[in-house]
Amino acid sequence: MSKSFWRNLNAVAMISARDLIKLLRDRTRIGASFIFPFVFIGILGGSLDANLSKDVGYNFLVFVFTGVIGQTLFQSTASGIISLVEDRQNDFSQELFVAPVSRYIIILGKIVGESLVALVQLSGIILLGILFRVPMNLTQLTLMVPGLIICCLFGGAFGTLVMANLSDQRSANQIFPFLIFPQFFLSGVFSPITKLPPLLFLLSRLAPMTYAVDLMRGLYYSGRPEYSKVVLYSPAIDLAVISGLFCVMLLVGTVMFVRNERNK
Amino acid sequence: MSNVITVNHLIKHYRKAKTNAVDDVSFNVEEGEFFALLGPNGAGKTTTISILNTTLAKTSGQMEVAGYNVDTQSSQVRQSIGVIFQNPSLDLNLTAEENVRFHAVLYGLYPYRPSFALMPSAYKRKVKELAEVLGITGQIYQPIKTFSGGMKRKLEIIRGLIHNPKVLFLDEPTTGLDPESRQNLWQYLMEVRKKQSTTIFLTTHYLEETEDSDRVCIINHGKVIALSTPHSLKKKFVDEYVVVDSHNREELQKELLKHTFQFEGNGPFKIPLQKNSAQEVVSALKTKLSVLQIHTPTLEEAYLEVIKEDHE
Repeated sequence: MSKSFWRNLNAVAMISARDLIKLLRDRTRIGASFIFPFVFIGILGGSLDANLSKDVGYNFLVFVFTGVIGQTLFQSTASGIISLVEDRQNDFSQELFVAPVSRYIIILGKIVGESLVALVQLSGIILLGILFRVPMNLTQLTLMVPGLIICCLFGGAFGTLVMANLSDQRSANQIFPFLIFPQFFLSGVFSPITKLPPLLFLLSRLAPMTYAVDLMRGLYYSGRPEYSKVVLYSPAIDLAVISGLFCVMLLVGTVMFVRNERNK
Repeated sequence: MSNVITVNHLIKHYRKAKTNAVDDVSFNVEEGEFFALLGPNGAGKTTTISILNTTLAKTSGQMEVAGYNVDTQSSQVRQSIGVIFQNPSLDLNLTAEENVRFHAVLYGLYPYRPSFALMPSAYKRKVKELAEVLGITGQIYQPIKTFSGGMKRKLEIIRGLIHNPKVLFLDEPTTGLDPESRQNLWQYLMEVRKKQSTTIFLTTHYLEETEDSDRVCIINHGKVIALSTPHSLKKKFVDEYVVVDSHNREELQKELLKHTFQFEGNGPFKIPLQKNSAQEVVSALKTKLSVLQIHTPTLEEAYLEVIKEDHE
């Protein structure tokens, strides 16, 4: 292997390790990563389950649980990438941009790092799942692992595309929630989206998060009787859409970011 | 001496801006030189530094740093420079050692290992040396949140020098530091400079920090308005003079006239030192003096004059 390959690999390892260390030393953030899933799964999922499960014919808490997994991984990685804009004016990021490391490697390291962070935060959700007695077995979990990683990378690519178009912290804080919150509902994390009015149907199928959520459900429900009621598309179709979007978003996002970064 | 930085006809026009932030600027910096770039806020100093450290694209012009083209060989340029930013660039969640380790890995000096214990022994030795220089042997493995402002700045400089850069860019490095920390920092910088003959490229608003520089370049509205040694700038723009006064002003005035010293005022008397030295003036006077001041110009005065003249 060439010297520059190892050097880049070290840089990716270092950039991603930094994100992970930051998370592990931030107790408030770790606490928050348990509180939000609790609100979503425990409170929202629990109340929906008590009122709707009989009518829809499947356990709503499990439905929300699987959705939150896809949503959290996608969102957490995406917002982690956005932080590169937020702290490039102060903090270590300045140091990143002046180091002899290509912008592509910085983005790659950031995606890997924020994916690791998202996966650590996932442990809170899994723990809640166990607490609320969501049925899980080893085969299911093994099947879901590649899906988890794919959701993170997908969120990373989405984050890169958004970040490339944000010039400063203020616009990041204002625009990012606007791009992420509608997707909560359009992607069917909390509510079924099999039947929707035409406009909402179109928007929901355009929202990238939809495919992350549906992939996680496809993997979780595979071989279960509820599969046909809950899952929109087969994991193969989700995967094809995700791969396509991933490549386009990452490529366009990275090229734009590198260009915008220097051409002010 | 060869040039370590050359800038030829640099122009930077920000998108949506009406005027050029940097407007046809040219200068060279020699190897090992202590070069200061001065100017009011918004004059184009940080823009110039950002273009030289490859984080900002120029509009036009040619630039070389350490023998590499800033546009086409940006990676080599970055490898040859150290940058201390206006805003702190340490990661407060990391320990001092981790901040240094991450820098060293990014610059390709050592492979990344998740803990200090697993890092190569050459790295461990280097870190211990640095800790001694900083005087923080006990705290090197602690998060730097607790460090003082001066200590953090020093750590940044140490970190910026670990890959032995040819040029160290310092963008207002002492802003916000107390006088003691500032002095401490400069002492350290001057030592490093002597030992490693690193070129220093400084911007600052504390003009006294540039008194010892080899050359200063003053820019205003994106244009170079003065480029010279501090000595010749002071000589050109600020008068050196002696102020004397006595309880017996008549006697003193007679004496001044007798020696044909030119002077201003009716007491105190201001004697410009153009033909005579201060010593010649003082030793010629026999009248008992009540006031004796020798005014040596500072770079700050020269700077203010240069800026004032430019505005006129």
